[in-house]
Amino acid sequence: MKNRSLEASQKRMTVLTYTALILGALIMVFPFVWMILTSLKTVPESMQVPPTILPKEMIVSNFGDAMKSLPFLKLYLNTALMIFFRVICAVAFSSMAGYAFAMLEFRGKKLLFGIVLVQMSLPSQIFIIPQYQMVAKMGLANTIFALVFPGIVSAFGVFFLRQTYMGIPKEIGEAAYLDGCNQWQTFYKIMFPLTGTSVAALTIFTAVFAYSDLMWPLVVNSDLNMMTLSSGLATLRGQFTTNFPVLMAGSLLAMLPMVILYLIFQKQFIEGIASTGGK
Amino acid sequence: MAALNLKGITKIYPHSGDQKKAKKKAGEPEKKTNLQVTDKGVIAVQSFDLDIKDKEFIVLVGPSGCGKSTTLRMVAGLEEISGGELYIDGKLVNDVEPKNRDIAMVFQSYALYPHMTVYENMAFPLKLRKVAKDEIDKRVKEAAAILDITQYLDRKPKALSGGQRQRVAIGRAIVREPKVLLMDEPLSNLDAKLRNQMRAEIIKLRQKINTTFIYVTHDQTEAMTLGDRIVIMKDGFIQQIGTPQEVFDHPANIFVAGFIGMPQMNFFDAKLTEEGGKYFVSVGGCKVELSEEKQKNLSARKAAAQSITLGVRPSHMVLAKETGNTLTATVEVAEMMGSEIHFHAGVEGRDVVVIVPTMDTNGQHIDTFHAGDKLNLTFSGSVCHVFGQDGKNLEF
Repeated sequence: MKNRSLEASQKRMTVLTYTALILGALIMVFPFVWMILTSLKTVPESMQVPPTILPKEMIVSNFGDAMKSLPFLKLYLNTALMIFFRVICAVAFSSMAGYAFAMLEFRGKKLLFGIVLVQMSLPSQIFIIPQYQMVAKMGLANTIFALVFPGIVSAFGVFFLRQTYMGIPKEIGEAAYLDGCNQWQTFYKIMFPLTGTSVAALTIFTAVFAYSDLMWPLVVNSDLNMMTLSSGLATLRGQFTTNFPVLMAGSLLAMLPMVILYLIFQKQFIEGIASTGGK
Repeated sequence: MAALNLKGITKIYPHSGDQKKAKKKAGEPEKKTNLQVTDKGVIAVQSFDLDIKDKEFIVLVGPSGCGKSTTLRMVAGLEEISGGELYIDGKLVNDVEPKNRDIAMVFQSYALYPHMTVYENMAFPLKLRKVAKDEIDKRVKEAAAILDITQYLDRKPKALSGGQRQRVAIGRAIVREPKVLLMDEPLSNLDAKLRNQMRAEIIKLRQKINTTFIYVTHDQTEAMTLGDRIVIMKDGFIQQIGTPQEVFDHPANIFVAGFIGMPQMNFFDAKLTEEGGKYFVSVGGCKVELSEEKQKNLSARKAAAQSITLGVRPSHMVLAKETGNTLTATVEVAEMMGSEIHFHAGVEGRDVVVIVPTMDTNGQHIDTFHAGDKLNLTFSGSVCHVFGQDGKNLEF
């Protein structure tokens, strides 16, 4: 008798859980589905009230129009370069700084780490103006360097990798030291290879953040040929009217590389999020 | 292969900022442990003097926090030496980098490089020294053969058991043929059976490789079985240095007497008396004349009649058939150990342990003991250890 009621309550819980998950998934997926459907509609149909869900007439030419409106190849390349350099810089500098904060003793360590924490807790938008002034004064606006600039050092990366290095037993470093390594060799031959999972997570986070970063690329690179996918797409929005089907087609095209990358690195992506406790 | 000289080695850990503030507030030095605390900081090791001969196996032993690991780490160069001088082969090395001291160390936690195979782990220190590839291969394979890990050379450390990992750690250390091999509680992470096995392996290893060993442990059995000489430490100070037999037979003080030997030595509140030029110890109704050797030692040091702490090892206490000049013990617990029985009993207000063989010399089983049984115990004058009020052995 007891077993039966337990089974029934377990079933109820399973049904409730699945219902909640399906609802959540639908809410998440809806904008994507809407984007795909809109990219196939005509301009009048996309603005029709009440809106239609399925397009009355499939218009594939929106994709061609999007390709004509923007230098997509250039945008892909700029975005890829920005992501590549930001990832390289973030991993390199965060690893070295994280190692130093976790493993080395030096004067002012606490103060410096405090500064890193403060920088991490402040919204990145407040740094946009000073960063723009720095890039402009260097005469490097409208360049790939300008796109990479705010991502050269990542406070989050420093903090995240410091925590990782702190989790590695000190004896491993000491063993390397006794085996004949100097500080630099201990770092790059022994310690850095042990942070593989965290470095993969940081790579994914940095890449996703850089890919979706809109404000900085829009501010620093006004030349369409030096824009990223996100800032390029933003130019498709008109002041008075917007061609939503073309914008959605462009967004879909911009999204494709990331979706493909996600499908390839799905496991690492999820592990990365789990290991950072991020969301 | 190297001789080491440690002269007045001292380690002081400076107070952290928070501790300083707390001290200032309290207005007096804090004392959380038995380690000496001064204005400069906490003294972890003080005036450590030891001359280690070439190829000698020295064991530093003592309870947690006694400074044995700190001393080892100072020899390794992982801790700065606050005072004193450390010589390796007559060369002062206080300020020499660890990698230039030609020493290797085996850590308690093995400290293997997880991303490297066993072969790579063992070859790593040689690669750093730019040894030729053929030579590296030869030395790694030789060390692997000595330690019986040849079949694991391609594996990563995570695919090995605790005992195998420890062998790899030892392999990584010996492959360099260091002047001094340091071992910091290398067997602590192993289970009891494996520990006994590895202890024997280390004895064999010592016979195969010609080097000076410094071994740190808190386990007196390891110390007794491995060391040529044992250094017993407490609260940062050396308590006694000697061969295992010396420290067992002639402990310098109550701490050493209690620390070395299993089960621990029994202690009684007793009296040392002198009658007709002979020394006697009296405890309860038992009065025992000390042996010739002890008489001589006490006379040489002009020991006066006084209240003492008498120490007698559990294996040196014997059951007396008749009463008279014996101690009466009340059995509390009897532990059957197979060839012998350890019984815990109350004697003169003290808990004592007595070891009794389960068979007599004729192969007859001796009666077992039960809680509450009254027994008569005695001991000879040659097995008594006489400690003064300050805890020091009066014979020293």
